[in-house]
Amino acid sequence: MTSLFHPKEHYERSLIAGYRLLPFKFTQLRENQYVLTNIAGEYFVADRDVVERLVAHQLSSSRPEYAELKSRHFLEDGDSTVGRDLLALKVRTKHQHLAQFTSLHIFVVTLRCEHSCPYCQVSRQSDDRLAFDLSWETAEKALALAFRSPANAFKIEFQGGEPLLNFDLIRRVVEAAELRASTEDRDVTFVIATNLAMVTDEILQFCRGHRILISTSLDGPADLHNANRPRPGRDSYQRAVAGMERARSALGRDRVAALMTTTQASLSRVRDIIDEYRRLGFDRIFLRSLSPYGFAVKTKAFDKYRLEEWLRFYKEGLDYIVDLNLRGEHFVEQYAAVVLTKMLTPFNPGYVDLMSPAGIGIQVMVYNYDGDVYASDEARMLAEMNDKTFRLGNISANSYEEIVFSDTLLDSIEETYPGSVPMCSDCAFEPYCGAEPVFHHTSQGDRVGRKPTSIFCMRNMEIFRYLIEKMEGSADVERIFRSWVARR
Amino acid sequence: MIRLAGTLVSARNIDALDRRLIIKLSRDASEVSKSDGTTALLLSPGATAPDHCTAVAVTGHQCVPSRIAPYFELPSDCEYVADGDIIRLEPSKNRFRVLFRKSSAHNNFLVTEQCDNFCLMCSQPPKKVDDRWVLEDLFQTVQLIEPDTKAIGFTGGEPTMWGERFIDLITLCRERLPGTSVHVLSNGRRFSDPTFSKAWASISHRDLMIGIPVYSDLSTVHDFVVQADGAFDETVRGILNLKERRQRVEIRVVLHKQTFARLPQLARFIARNLLFVDHVAFMGLEITGFTRANLEQLWIDPVEYQRELYDAVTTLDDFGVPTSIYNLQLCLLDRRLWRYAVRSISDWKRDYFPACGNCAVRSDCGGVFVSAVYRHSKHIKAILQSGRSQ
Repeated sequence: MTSLFHPKEHYERSLIAGYRLLPFKFTQLRENQYVLTNIAGEYFVADRDVVERLVAHQLSSSRPEYAELKSRHFLEDGDSTVGRDLLALKVRTKHQHLAQFTSLHIFVVTLRCEHSCPYCQVSRQSDDRLAFDLSWETAEKALALAFRSPANAFKIEFQGGEPLLNFDLIRRVVEAAELRASTEDRDVTFVIATNLAMVTDEILQFCRGHRILISTSLDGPADLHNANRPRPGRDSYQRAVAGMERARSALGRDRVAALMTTTQASLSRVRDIIDEYRRLGFDRIFLRSLSPYGFAVKTKAFDKYRLEEWLRFYKEGLDYIVDLNLRGEHFVEQYAAVVLTKMLTPFNPGYVDLMSPAGIGIQVMVYNYDGDVYASDEARMLAEMNDKTFRLGNISANSYEEIVFSDTLLDSIEETYPGSVPMCSDCAFEPYCGAEPVFHHTSQGDRVGRKPTSIFCMRNMEIFRYLIEKMEGSADVERIFRSWVARR
Repeated sequence: MIRLAGTLVSARNIDALDRRLIIKLSRDASEVSKSDGTTALLLSPGATAPDHCTAVAVTGHQCVPSRIAPYFELPSDCEYVADGDIIRLEPSKNRFRVLFRKSSAHNNFLVTEQCDNFCLMCSQPPKKVDDRWVLEDLFQTVQLIEPDTKAIGFTGGEPTMWGERFIDLITLCRERLPGTSVHVLSNGRRFSDPTFSKAWASISHRDLMIGIPVYSDLSTVHDFVVQADGAFDETVRGILNLKERRQRVEIRVVLHKQTFARLPQLARFIARNLLFVDHVAFMGLEITGFTRANLEQLWIDPVEYQRELYDAVTTLDDFGVPTSIYNLQLCLLDRRLWRYAVRSISDWKRDYFPACGNCAVRSDCGGVFVSAVYRHSKHIKAILQSGRSQ
């Protein structure tokens, strides 16, 4: 090199002074391996020896790990300080949604349902419309509350019971919401969570005209689905599939989603369930955990043993899905995609059950048929089991301020914030995790919960570990996971 | 290759002229008469130059000079000059330079030769000279560019060395050429000053992109490549400031021996930290300027970095960052990367090898830089099977 230019060493001279640590946490992955995460959710896997050197300020700048840790903003040396600016920007991006406040508003338009699924806590077989239907008068007040949310774009989801049994009300709410959104230049979208058994062409025409998404239940192959979801005629599956096809041809394939509920009977059938979704033309599935709000609580059987069974189910399903992808089929496991979005991108997936601070109230608000306002869907299910801990007020009796500033909501969010909760605050997986006050209240009688015995904690930690290990083990898998979270 | 500058064959009746003229060429005599001296008549073969305006001819065209009006003859390899082109004439020095060719998609204007980086592979080595006239000439040039021009570019040196005056120039582009997209090459450091970024944003240009190099995810490597301490931090802060003000930014990465190894990490860094950039271009090395002096430090055969390049390009593509590859020949590229390859080498410095003659994808390939004579891959060869891969 001619003397006009300086050698590489010239630009490394400031490294001699050592480095400062930027905020990070670490947790043992397996044996000698540790995972380190920074406050923006970037991770790095290293041997124990490297972690020890790092924290003792003895990691040489010539080590390859030094470059990786500097690049990911785990450390900062005298040569560059822009890392902390980037880190701050990434943390802000992860929390951007908080400024939007409540972006999902759930309207429980009726508790009536013609199904009698044992895992459902809320449905009623009743002909008395007035007793279990949301009235227009109440819905109008709920809508006014939803529009108080600062979110410029928000979603209204209609739930039940079977919401199509009160479709006239849905129609009125949608039309009123659209009118108001257009005058305020806001963007409101709609989802109906329905079993599709009662769907009609008229309903689908309306959905099409108003860009309404359909989210339906599909638990797996016919025998499993029908066993899980009894209805008169034992034809839940046939009706769901027929309804799905009708909805798809009316609305477009991408406007119809399916969601499964996992039961004891599902646990040995994960491949069958996935194959059923594939057979029906879906390119994604949400392998949901066992709900503590259903029969499991009643039977007191929701224990660690059942968690291990579920984890086997989940891992087998994920492995199977990864294999499908390796063979060239794009198919996404949606819970993994939620977690991977946190791991691999600067964004927050905004998934209510995995938010930090907790998503209750500030991410989702539920307006029950009787005008009661709940902090989440689980909160109202709990109420149907006679525990109204997370009832925030009533649409008719309370103002917006009384509801969103209620002690129930604010204390729950503050006390359970993973950044300050014992054991969460120093867990390397904290950037990927969230607070679930309702779950911990239900399962442990305390909204913060005791983490060493928390099913929520054990389940998620194991998933986080498993996802990281799979990526560390194979560049192809990392590539596949990347494709699940890409924003194109 | 096209000759853009040289010695005039003849220059007559020039005594009353300025030392330097920026002149647009036109074949339309009435446009020339109305132009107040900023436009010269481009003579057709055999034509006689009029007495009332400046005329330009190509030598050998048998044109007859005026006895009183200024008359210039360009060398015969300037046959390409056409209606709407803009040239700079220096009558006293007998020099000319074609500044703007209407028919070209590659009209880039040098704004200055000064720069606060000193990149190992600079194709336009910086000089510490007072070349403000170069910038001032551009104000005249921009006034003469026809408004239906699709795109122009500004390069250096470092255009932002001129500070507010460069912003004035881009403002003039917005006013005079509202439909022309503008591309600026900058090292981005000046934009680390929020006041300057704010001024840039307040130009409110409709179609303005600024291309900024980031050569590594590590400050030490970037600073070494650009030979400037602290450059990485300033460049990254500049990008952040620009994007905060919603300005369009492209990241440019020159591929060579000092940058290829960390391409995957750089792509990951961009996807994680700078995901909001509008485009990333990976660029093959041009063997000119400092690159020739530092060739042994820089040269790596492109076939040897395909693995890293593939990883980097697909990472960015996966995360939705529009990504391109410039200056690389299809025969050297992993076939899976063909769809990212752009014919980016400017027409006036594009060349092909004899081996390219019977190549099936020649028309899709950007060719090589003329400067490839100094060093080129041993793997340049004709591709006999056509069809760009998906």
